[in-house]
Amino acid sequence: MNARTQTWLGSLALLSALVALWWVASNAGWVSRVFLPTPQATFASLAEGLRADLLDFTLATVGRMLQGWLLASLVGVALGAAIGVSPAVRAWVQPTLEFIRPLPASALMPLAISIFGLSPGMVLFVVAFGAMWPVLLATVHGFACVEPRLAEVARCLQMSRAAFVWKVGLPNAMPDILAGMRLALTISLIVAVVGEMIASQTGLGQAILLAARAFRASELFAGIVLLGLIGFVSNALLALAEKKLLRWQRP
Amino acid sequence: MTSAALWRAVRPWIFPLVLLVSYEAYARRAAALGSDALAPPTAALQALAGAAMDGSLWQATGFTLGTAALGLLIGAGLGTLLGIALGLSRRAAGLGFLTIEVFRPVPSVALIPLAMLMFGFGVRMELAIVAFATFWPLLLLVQAAVQQVEPRLLEVSRVLGLSPSERAWKIVLPAIVPRLFVALRMGVAVALVVAVTVEIAANPNGMGYAMMIAQQSFDPALMLAWLGWIGVVGVAVNALMLWLQRVVSRRMGAVL
Repeated sequence: MNARTQTWLGSLALLSALVALWWVASNAGWVSRVFLPTPQATFASLAEGLRADLLDFTLATVGRMLQGWLLASLVGVALGAAIGVSPAVRAWVQPTLEFIRPLPASALMPLAISIFGLSPGMVLFVVAFGAMWPVLLATVHGFACVEPRLAEVARCLQMSRAAFVWKVGLPNAMPDILAGMRLALTISLIVAVVGEMIASQTGLGQAILLAARAFRASELFAGIVLLGLIGFVSNALLALAEKKLLRWQRP
Repeated sequence: MTSAALWRAVRPWIFPLVLLVSYEAYARRAAALGSDALAPPTAALQALAGAAMDGSLWQATGFTLGTAALGLLIGAGLGTLLGIALGLSRRAAGLGFLTIEVFRPVPSVALIPLAMLMFGFGVRMELAIVAFATFWPLLLLVQAAVQQVEPRLLEVSRVLGLSPSERAWKIVLPAIVPRLFVALRMGVAVALVVAVTVEIAANPNGMGYAMMIAQQSFDPALMLAWLGWIGVVGVAVNALMLWLQRVVSRRMGAVL
């Protein structure tokens, strides 16, 4: 226990040393303040912004990210289960899916803009579409890896296809699906921010872009800090949920 | 070739072909009604050929691929070095873990405005963001790989009295090469995605920007051509990395 606290303290010390270095570098003017504001200015911008409209921006970005992520997870799992449950459909469709997988989600934004216009719905569509792929492919993979003997048992019990998906397929694909959903959450945040930048939708993406254009570095840093915080908290929550949901799998 | 093998080779192409043909029919009707958003795939193919003829295709592709590669070189190089150091020393890993956990979740695109302020538009801003985005996965994967190096190898190096740099170079690096390539393949995918994203969001260069401009000038055929081309480039790069990974791991004597 003592060694662990020591590690924690050392870890904290390194982080504090980095912040101290930031403080010295910006206050002593080693680095131009045009793009490196002082820590106290960043903190002041953060506090002031949260009292004004920064909180609304944060909520808008988080809302966009969560909506897109939930949509992507639902559609991804449903489509993935439909494709994965049948080896025949898998053989027909999977190569096409593998082709689309490496396509950057934000590359769909120009296409979505010309179809939907510069609207919140357009951003939501691209977020959901981009975040769907990891979930979809993970679900297909999870279904493909179901233990063959379990499938045989299901056939002996004359389970319907829906019962097989619900009782055997999904529980077995759960670890893959959760890993895919974790990746999808990261993608959702990134695409949501890019969408706000391009389509000028209210949110942190637009806020930091405007702050940079106006050379208000401290507000830019406040936005980056908030975005980092969103990424950190969402990832930590999902890791916790994963641990809880998969407890039954460990002996 | 037996008919079963032929069937297996042909089957993956049928689904996308059906999709493309039905889209072609749909888009022709839409284009006939005067749509600015949709173009049939045949028109996109023509636009792609035009871009290939006047050289803009190769110039933009070269810019994106070159920047992604250089950014990956910086990010992956630093990530690998630090990953080896943190993997070898438990104390260093303990010291660094909080800092890594604080910086890693920052979405790379959040740094686009900052990079704009620091470097302006051009190669350097994109390099910085690609390097940042590829640094973290490489760091974590290499650290995990080093921690899984056979402990007896490290004991041997201690018995031989190798210096830390010799130990890293002669024992650890060869031992992690197969895993390093898996990490690198992921880094390549991240680098390409981030490079295109930066170009779409801000940087007026490369494939992403070319696509954005095609959209803004209401040229749906050219936009679709770029979208397809970006997909093809992504698949080609991924296939190349898979092949390289297989060649290297065979040479390193790993059984796949």
